[in-house]
Amino acid sequence: MPDSIPPDSIGLVETKILHFSEPLELECGKVLTEYDIAFETYGNLNEAGSNAILICHALSGDQHAAGYNSMEDRKPGWWDSSIGPGKPIDTNHFYVVCINNLGGCKGSSGPNTKRPGTDKYWGPDFPIVTVKDWVNSQHNVMKALNVDHWCAVIGGSLGGMQVLQWSIQYPDLINYALVIAAAPKLSAQNIAFNEVARQSIMSDPDFHEGHYLENNSVPRRGLMLARMLGHITYLSDDSMREKFGRELREGKLSFGFDVDFQVESYLRYQGKSFVDRFDANTYLLMTKALDYFDPASEYDHDLAATLAKAKAKFMVMSFTSDWRFSPKRSREIVKALLDAGKQVSYVEIEAHHGHDAFLIPIPHYMNVFHSYMKSIREAIQ
Amino acid sequence: MRADLAIIAEWIKPGSSILDLGCGDGTLLKHLRDKQVLGIGLEISERNIETCLRDNLNIIQSDLNDGLKAYFSDNSFDYVVMSQTLQATVHPEQLIDEMLRVGKQGIVTFPNMAHWKARVQLGLGGYMPVTKSLPNRWYNTPNIHLCTVKDFEILCRERGIRILERTFVDYTHSRSSLLMKLFPNLFSEIALYRFCRGS
Repeated sequence: MPDSIPPDSIGLVETKILHFSEPLELECGKVLTEYDIAFETYGNLNEAGSNAILICHALSGDQHAAGYNSMEDRKPGWWDSSIGPGKPIDTNHFYVVCINNLGGCKGSSGPNTKRPGTDKYWGPDFPIVTVKDWVNSQHNVMKALNVDHWCAVIGGSLGGMQVLQWSIQYPDLINYALVIAAAPKLSAQNIAFNEVARQSIMSDPDFHEGHYLENNSVPRRGLMLARMLGHITYLSDDSMREKFGRELREGKLSFGFDVDFQVESYLRYQGKSFVDRFDANTYLLMTKALDYFDPASEYDHDLAATLAKAKAKFMVMSFTSDWRFSPKRSREIVKALLDAGKQVSYVEIEAHHGHDAFLIPIPHYMNVFHSYMKSIREAIQ
Repeated sequence: MRADLAIIAEWIKPGSSILDLGCGDGTLLKHLRDKQVLGIGLEISERNIETCLRDNLNIIQSDLNDGLKAYFSDNSFDYVVMSQTLQATVHPEQLIDEMLRVGKQGIVTFPNMAHWKARVQLGLGGYMPVTKSLPNRWYNTPNIHLCTVKDFEILCRERGIRILERTFVDYTHSRSSLLMKLFPNLFSEIALYRFCRGS
């Protein structure tokens, strides 16, 4: 709990829900006849309507990107380091919208919500949603909020993929696209990690083929394992060495299979606390959306041709120690954008934090982010 | 603006596209933007990158010594510019080739090591020259591949590069004196070349 709200925090914020009764056709062929979207907004839309920013969240993120939902919250929103008064995404100047993606578990329609008109949870029957579907549903939220264009769409990791998708799906509706620690599609290794995560969830006896809510159970062990695995891919060898080394929890080896090393204890803690805040079916859905993302597949696998229709100005950022979506993957995006004749800037931030670096206020990163956002502010005035 | 940058700006046609290798704080790019030139800068210094971004310039953080392959396809720009940077790169000759792969024309400027002041310091003084255009001592200079006007032209000849235009200036003036025109290798502090692939 914060004793008091820090001065550079947006403060207390509230999640709101929008209900949509227009059917939404999904890429998989199924239709959501009606659905809810949970979202938060920070700052105010200016009279010209020129200062709206959409934040897209990553795999385990949600609509609560900044500030506190209550004074009981132990931590602020997931991107509080970059969103707030005086921060790079300065809420004194921008109107910031963050949306819980469809299939999520924080208030938007998803596996842990009830099927419209029934008393039953969607569970595993919630349709597989894709990045394209998310962008379409975000577009519906945009209209409902009377925003006619985004001055910027910003996201890291899976969020960055949504930014890329926005830039080609609605090229006229966004001015600036900030793609951070992302990739134009997953590699076989990325998919492999996702598959192990899914298998660990699905092989948990408490999974009940996804119908665990009706069975009053939670596949805790499976989801915990999935998160532990994911977490390893978010950190780097160096950051783990620095954080934990080979430090022993009790000061000596136990010669058993209980926790010996600090890193084990940390991973178990991360896994356990994740289970309390996340839904296993949502985790399955989100990893599938990641696996399926490959916008260039519709353009003969030519990423430059794919991005040719984009009209936004791009900013791509990557982090040197990120091995989940390494700088090389960002360079693929940059090269394709340059080949397509787009305006693009690219910064490779020296950081030892691994993939997680995009959430950490590293000085050069913050300076770059500030500088770029300031230039956007000047451009929209 | 630095004398050599002012001349480069005159050489570049309005409405064209340029890649500025080692663009520093973006002075040239900013100036050219007013001439409707679409520019991108390559830079390694964090501070310079932040400055360029604040000025709404397109910038790519990269080490020139890693080459241009990761980002740029053949013939992507009308001009590829490298001002006062060639002498600090690890493989200048490869970089010049890369400039002409990525751009239709290359423009380089470099400090002329054969300027008379440098010659006097080395030839008579017997120590490594320290001048306005070469301000560092031998142990802390970033310039690891210094050359002279003559050296550069020999390199162009050897690699089949056609020189389209050349100008010689001193550090403070953006116009050549008669002496510089007549004896560039002796009297110019900074040499500027515009070149393309020879047929």
